Amino acid sequence: MRWYRVRALVVKEFLALLRDKASRMVLIGPPILQLLVFGYAATFNLVHVPIVIYNQDSGGASRALIARFQGARSFRVVRFLTTDRRLASILSDKEALAVIRIDSRFSQDLALHRSAHVAVWIDGRNSNTALLALNDINAITQSFNAHWAASHGWPHPKALVTMRAWFNPNLHSRWFIVPGIVGLLTLVVAMLVTGLSVAREREAGTFDQLLVTPLEPFEILLGKALPGFLIAGLEATAIILVAVPWFGVPLVGSLLALYLGLFLFLLAAIGVGLAISSACATQQQGLLGVFLFLVPSIILSGFATPIANMPKAVQYLTYLNPLRFFLVILRGVFLEGDGVSVLWNQYIPLALIGVACMAMATWLFRHRLS
Amino acid sequence: MNLQRIRGLIRKEALQVLRDPSAIAIAFVMPLFLLLLFGYGVSLDARHVPIALVASRPTAETSALWAGFNRSAYFDPVVYTNIVSARKALMKRQVDGIVWLRGDFSRTVLSQRPATIAVIVNGVDANSAHIIEGYVQGVWATWLQQEAARHGQALTVPVDIQSRVWFNPGLRSHDYLVPGLVAIIMTLIGALLTALVVAREWERGTMEALMASPAQMGEILLGKLIPYFLLGMGSMALSVAMAVWLFAVPLVGSLWVVFVCAALFLLTALGAGLLISTIAKNQFVAAMVAIVVSYLPAFILSGFLFDIHSMPLPIQILTRIVAARYFVAILQTVFLAGNVWPVILENSAALMVIAAFFLILVARISRKRLD
Repeated sequence: MRWYRVRALVVKEFLALLRDKASRMVLIGPPILQLLVFGYAATFNLVHVPIVIYNQDSGGASRALIARFQGARSFRVVRFLTTDRRLASILSDKEALAVIRIDSRFSQDLALHRSAHVAVWIDGRNSNTALLALNDINAITQSFNAHWAASHGWPHPKALVTMRAWFNPNLHSRWFIVPGIVGLLTLVVAMLVTGLSVAREREAGTFDQLLVTPLEPFEILLGKALPGFLIAGLEATAIILVAVPWFGVPLVGSLLALYLGLFLFLLAAIGVGLAISSACATQQQGLLGVFLFLVPSIILSGFATPIANMPKAVQYLTYLNPLRFFLVILRGVFLEGDGVSVLWNQYIPLALIGVACMAMATWLFRHRLS
Repeated sequence: MNLQRIRGLIRKEALQVLRDPSAIAIAFVMPLFLLLLFGYGVSLDARHVPIALVASRPTAETSALWAGFNRSAYFDPVVYTNIVSARKALMKRQVDGIVWLRGDFSRTVLSQRPATIAVIVNGVDANSAHIIEGYVQGVWATWLQQEAARHGQALTVPVDIQSRVWFNPGLRSHDYLVPGLVAIIMTLIGALLTALVVAREWERGTMEALMASPAQMGEILLGKLIPYFLLGMGSMALSVAMAVWLFAVPLVGSLWVVFVCAALFLLTALGAGLLISTIAKNQFVAAMVAIVVSYLPAFILSGFLFDIHSMPLPIQILTRIVAARYFVAILQTVFLAGNVWPVILENSAALMVIAAFFLILVARISRKRLD
């Protein structure tokens, strides 16, 4: 292997990628923009979800309960109903997520130390939002209950639950999602840079020219892999530099652990990208291959939905997914303050996948040659 | 417009599709593969959450509460004898939470003062942590009622909430995710099918041959649109069939509404793909733009997974230009709630506007020029 030959190819690859203004723009602009947009958009915390209140009671107690709903950050009371005529269409037309009906004897029941009734109808089309909204409604009611019981001489419950969350005390789902987006965008950039690179040469006919140069197949692949490492590594750094101050996500762990993970992850991702690219004859096939890898690896990574919820067979499948391990590393380093010694059980599978993918890419490259 | 010329172009495009198997794979293998993967892979229903139970001094009271956790389908409880080892297990991610009853728990309960059930969860995955909190509250409420019944009292709380969930009474996350997935998959297919077709002609130099032919630009575009539209509708039919038969998602509304809206949506997706392809004139750039503007926005900004109401206002406005948002709303409604016309009409009107915008724009910027 001769370094100067590889270096020449790397320079050529960089020129091919960055010479064209359009491809320069699509490589650099979108990841940062997407981080900002998705960082704000991808949240599981409910904020100002529209609800409607149908109050049949005229007493002060119901007003005290309503005030708690109006003060809650999760909800926004968009309307007060006086009859139940439009109730069904409010939910089905998506005017509000939930209708809360307060019984006409609400204040009276409370004054007589009897349980008062509140009915909640909720739109279950988005079952996760519905579940979270029900939890929030229950929490608001429980705090009302505790306050009311203490100030009006009701018997207190035998035990109370106190909640504490480690690593993310206010349960901001953004703290979970933003490190995930770092991993996701790094993967996308790495796949874009490498996934079409060999196929492009094949389609343009320059592949044969590459073959008649003194470069060995391994050197050609290395020349194709290094720009991917550099570009994706730099972009990941830029994304992290934006994510931490902008979204206020803590980065408490060791940078060494983070970058060791990034290196091994890129090894795996670029290996997959080059393998796809070597196997394809046209860029359309390459794009299809990139998609067929990208989409499942995002779904099966635990980025948005927990791996623990998947069926057992699918859970085993996720062990083949480099992004799965990288997300554990990212979240561990960002939120839990992990160092290299804690994360070795993530590094080893990642390194194995990386070496296997690189070997596969080399094999496919040679295999296509003959 | 000349039907004969369009027919000729469609034939040419169809031949190209048949020769390169990747287009057929996109239209039929991809929905099959993706829907299976998504349908089984994406779930927000937490079941069998590993949780540590620690009673610093076990008594009859504490074991009554533990029985509640053992009965719950949501938890896989593991009993630890001391809090130190439970904390270690939480650190090592062996459990997702700890329920801890301190040594004075039974004494406090017996002396008629409120005792504390301390719950510690791993907050890294905030959504799961929220859901676990809700489940713990459920076990706690049941326990309170049983304890009251055991002592021959009725449990009275000031306000008692009775909730009913419409359209998805079991809160099965599957039923809401699968219709949304169909929309995501159609976005992908639309973009992938058309993103490269014009750019490819430019790159291979065959665009000049097309321009030298008597076909007008509008006819060339129609010749590109029609074959891929038919392929797209085929994959839509496949996806709907799988949603209904394989994943057993109820289809409360009408099938024809689903397909009319799908046709509208496909026009937006193909229009966007053609637009990208026409502007980029370069397959590499077109491929990147297609990935950046199709899949990820459809996944994150369409309301398929993340609630649009909870996003900041500027982002909510941004979601208005994501066509998948309207299709997700239509599919979730038609599948789970039925033909709710206000929702369907509002969203299909938006789809029509977006489709018209893309297609008119493509027609305007595609001129027979070589620069």
